[in-house]
Amino acid sequence: MYKVWMKFSFIWQEKQNVPNSMKQFYHFIVKEFYHIFRDRKTLFILLGMPMVQIIIFGFALTNEVKNTKITIINQSEGASAARLVQKIESSRYFELYSQSTDAAQIDRLFKKGAVKIALVIPNDFDPSIVNQNKGQLQIIADATDPNVATALTNYLSVIVQDFQKELNSNNTIPYKMDVEARMMYNPQLKGAYNFVPGVMAMVLLLVCTMMTALTVVREKELGNMEILLASPINPIKIILAKAVPYLLLSIINITTILLLSYFVLDVPINGNLFLLYAESILFIMVSLGLGLLISAGTDSQQSAMFISLVAMFLPTVMFSGFIFPIENMPLPLRIISNFIPAKWFFIIVKSVMIKGVGLKLIWKETLILTCMMLFFFGMAIKKFKIRLA
Amino acid sequence: MSPLRYILEKEFKQIFRNPAILKVIFVMPVIQLIALPMAADYEIKNINIAVIDRDHSSVSNKLVQKITASNYFKLVDYNSDFDASMELIENDKADLILEIPKNFESNLYKEKETKLFLAVNAINGVKANLGAAYMTNIVQAYNADFRIQTITPGRFNELPIFEISSTNWYNPKMNYKIFMVPGILVLLITIVGMNLSSINIVREKEMGTIEQINVTPIKKIHFILGKLLPFWIIGLVVISVGFLIAWLIYGIIPLGSYFTLYLFAAIYLLVILGIGLLISTYSENQQQAMLVTFFLMMIFVLMGGLYTSIDSMPDWARWFTRLNPISYFIEVMRMVVLKGSGIIDTGKQFIIMIIYAVVINTWAVLSYQKRA
Amino acid sequence: MHNKAIIVDKLSKQFGDFKAVDEISFEVAKGEIFGFLGANGAGKTTAMKMLCGLSMPTSGNAMVAGFDVYKDNESIKKNIGYMSQKFSLYEDLTVRENIKFYAGIYGIASAVIVEKTKQLLLQLNLEKEADLLVGQLPLGWKQKLAFSVAIFHEPQIVFLDEPTGGVDPITRREFWNLIYDAAAAGITIFVTTHYMDEAEYCNRVSIMVDGKVEALDTPANLKQQFNVQSMDEVFLHLARKAKRTE
Repeated sequence: MYKVWMKFSFIWQEKQNVPNSMKQFYHFIVKEFYHIFRDRKTLFILLGMPMVQIIIFGFALTNEVKNTKITIINQSEGASAARLVQKIESSRYFELYSQSTDAAQIDRLFKKGAVKIALVIPNDFDPSIVNQNKGQLQIIADATDPNVATALTNYLSVIVQDFQKELNSNNTIPYKMDVEARMMYNPQLKGAYNFVPGVMAMVLLLVCTMMTALTVVREKELGNMEILLASPINPIKIILAKAVPYLLLSIINITTILLLSYFVLDVPINGNLFLLYAESILFIMVSLGLGLLISAGTDSQQSAMFISLVAMFLPTVMFSGFIFPIENMPLPLRIISNFIPAKWFFIIVKSVMIKGVGLKLIWKETLILTCMMLFFFGMAIKKFKIRLA
Repeated sequence: MSPLRYILEKEFKQIFRNPAILKVIFVMPVIQLIALPMAADYEIKNINIAVIDRDHSSVSNKLVQKITASNYFKLVDYNSDFDASMELIENDKADLILEIPKNFESNLYKEKETKLFLAVNAINGVKANLGAAYMTNIVQAYNADFRIQTITPGRFNELPIFEISSTNWYNPKMNYKIFMVPGILVLLITIVGMNLSSINIVREKEMGTIEQINVTPIKKIHFILGKLLPFWIIGLVVISVGFLIAWLIYGIIPLGSYFTLYLFAAIYLLVILGIGLLISTYSENQQQAMLVTFFLMMIFVLMGGLYTSIDSMPDWARWFTRLNPISYFIEVMRMVVLKGSGIIDTGKQFIIMIIYAVVINTWAVLSYQKRA
Repeated sequence: MHNKAIIVDKLSKQFGDFKAVDEISFEVAKGEIFGFLGANGAGKTTAMKMLCGLSMPTSGNAMVAGFDVYKDNESIKKNIGYMSQKFSLYEDLTVRENIKFYAGIYGIASAVIVEKTKQLLLQLNLEKEADLLVGQLPLGWKQKLAFSVAIFHEPQIVFLDEPTGGVDPITRREFWNLIYDAAAAGITIFVTTHYMDEAEYCNRVSIMVDGKVEALDTPANLKQQFNVQSMDEVFLHLARKAKRTE
């Protein structure tokens, strides 16, 4: 790798008639590349990160209900109750953990975490169906996780209603309104459509903001900054040179994410690929600017990491809209979310990649990111200049 | 014991002189516990809906009223133009479109079966699914009302009907914050513990002070303990701050005992700090240590069952979560706080965590080499 | 045997294909000031680290303060002091706290630490700065402090790796006065340096070239042997043969 670089740099110097300061700038960039390529562990993680995230989000994190353990308290000895139990047992959503007549079991099993839902069939279930045309059932959910509880209750209710229909199969219901739903953009309701843009934002922020901030601050902490600043090259260029390799790494990462999501997760790229890359590079620049700004204001790697984590990573996860819906948040948080670059990038990627819209519909978001980029770079350069003077 | 005293004294002084660490200890819990639960509200409400009413009948009007009266939907547009509604979806102004076809009312009376069309922006699959389900529920409820009013009274209904009542235990108000806060507490001490410990030894390496330590007759176990104990104490302080905030702001008091929680936290912290120290001894510089920590933590947290249930993961992922210390603590935390489980209920998790702590810390002591 | 502080016999250290230290042998007498010279990359620091128990030798033998470097490296550590090339006191601790910490891990009783710290601060003229963070001190002071900390536990031998790098001539002179004091107190001094005038202060010097000890004698004898006027010329004469560069 180094040899290729050396050769490349050699040809570059020989063949091109470039101004001296550009050559120096180029050498600084090459030096930064050496640092990154020599640290294999870091490089490995930086390039592996998007793959691992795509795999986790793509295959491990689902809210799908499947083989959930259920306990049935069956106090009825009738045939209908037995058929209902059988129907639940055979569904792919539930797995019968235990069956008993003792309702006190529920609390014990919930506390142990053995089951998440219980169905109680009372002892008058069968007679009541025959005599009163009515059957009463009780679903008890462990609602520590409200969402899971809601989902499980719904699924179990659907099975019970199906069973009811089976019992009534020779009758039809009059005056029926049906809802025919069409799922646009994502007919199979894949989670990937939502998280791929989110993963892109997270990875880019991590690589660009955190790594850039750490690299610059590291030089300060180790006292190398003074040596570099004593060289004749413009100090701003030295700092910018540190950001360039991360720009390149980020472009590789975007490509990895797009390839994986297209070929492995079957997420379409409906919009213009060139526009998608251009917008990604804009976001990378915003993140680099933020990283440089953080590094201008801190003196230790620990502080830089802490600020990157609190000021950039948590807000990105919270406010970009890819994990938590922004519209549910209280007003102050909704206002804060507007200052998070990732929110705008998330909207842009979703629009371009999945809805396939053009610049016409996302010019506003693009403009906001451009302003943020200019602001971060401007502030970072100003802060560095003050310190250097 | 004596050398250990001096190491502890030194570590504490350094920690309290470092503004970055102090921020981690005191700012992090506040931000995470106050902002995150507010943001982390999965409950889907305020779904923006555009209605295309081509019927303009009394039945369709009443249906729209029912929809707007529910808490789930916000009517953003009411017209009869599909393209205009479609543009709202493209702009993210609307999440779903309900189309009521022409002759909806008359068909309902004549043919006794009618169709409504729903177009959902399904990029966010979960939201789309729930939105469609809510809508279906509203329509069905309206349908049932309509049927009861229309069918001639007095006619005996021969169909058996199941009455399902559902009860939600432990969290009857379905409060999402009660579910999230205990999990976030775990996240909090994990982030604090692992970050602080993982950059500690490697910082001494980068600064060159580690060599000076290695040339002294200090015992390895004393050195590792000296690094571990301060963060262990800080971790327990942080979790106490967390419990305090959970009580003050969210009114969360564990149903089970604080003793169980602290005992588990104490063992869990040893595991987390041990992992941090391992990262530290294997890293060459702080940047590398931070990146590795971040990477591991991200995997642990995402796969820890904080946001999505472990039960719905595929088998390989479930197998992986058995190695994930965070998932055990989140589980125990929720069991004790919400269900009041005791030490016996959580015995399995306690045993696994103790084994984990012993293995990791033995490894950390062994991996720290005074001589290269 | 009893009057030898260090005995080195064919000690080697290999990193992959690279022989950083190549079968060096020498002895250092008790109470001696031993100069360990060599160009950058000649293997001085690696050799020194093996003697201090920081680095495992690949082959050969060495006894330091009567202990074997392979088996008894922890016992060696009780009897030596070490000052590395890189400044290694804690910059975020005060002068007093640094002394207390290092003294503490050598197991010195706390009453003794308090008493000796007082004397040391007086001797170094650092009483006013005792409660300043070390990071705020000028480099020369830091280095004198680092040396004093390295011999605080009264070791038999102290290893100094380029202790005077980057400081002004006056401070260097003061530093060497500290070394003479320590030697007078019976501590064996093992020192590497780049400054040839400092080599003249040593009882004996060895010169390493490409991992091997090329010369070993008193400065006067070496000058005579190579028929030159100064240690500088002795050094240049030997170092010119080096194939390795940094």
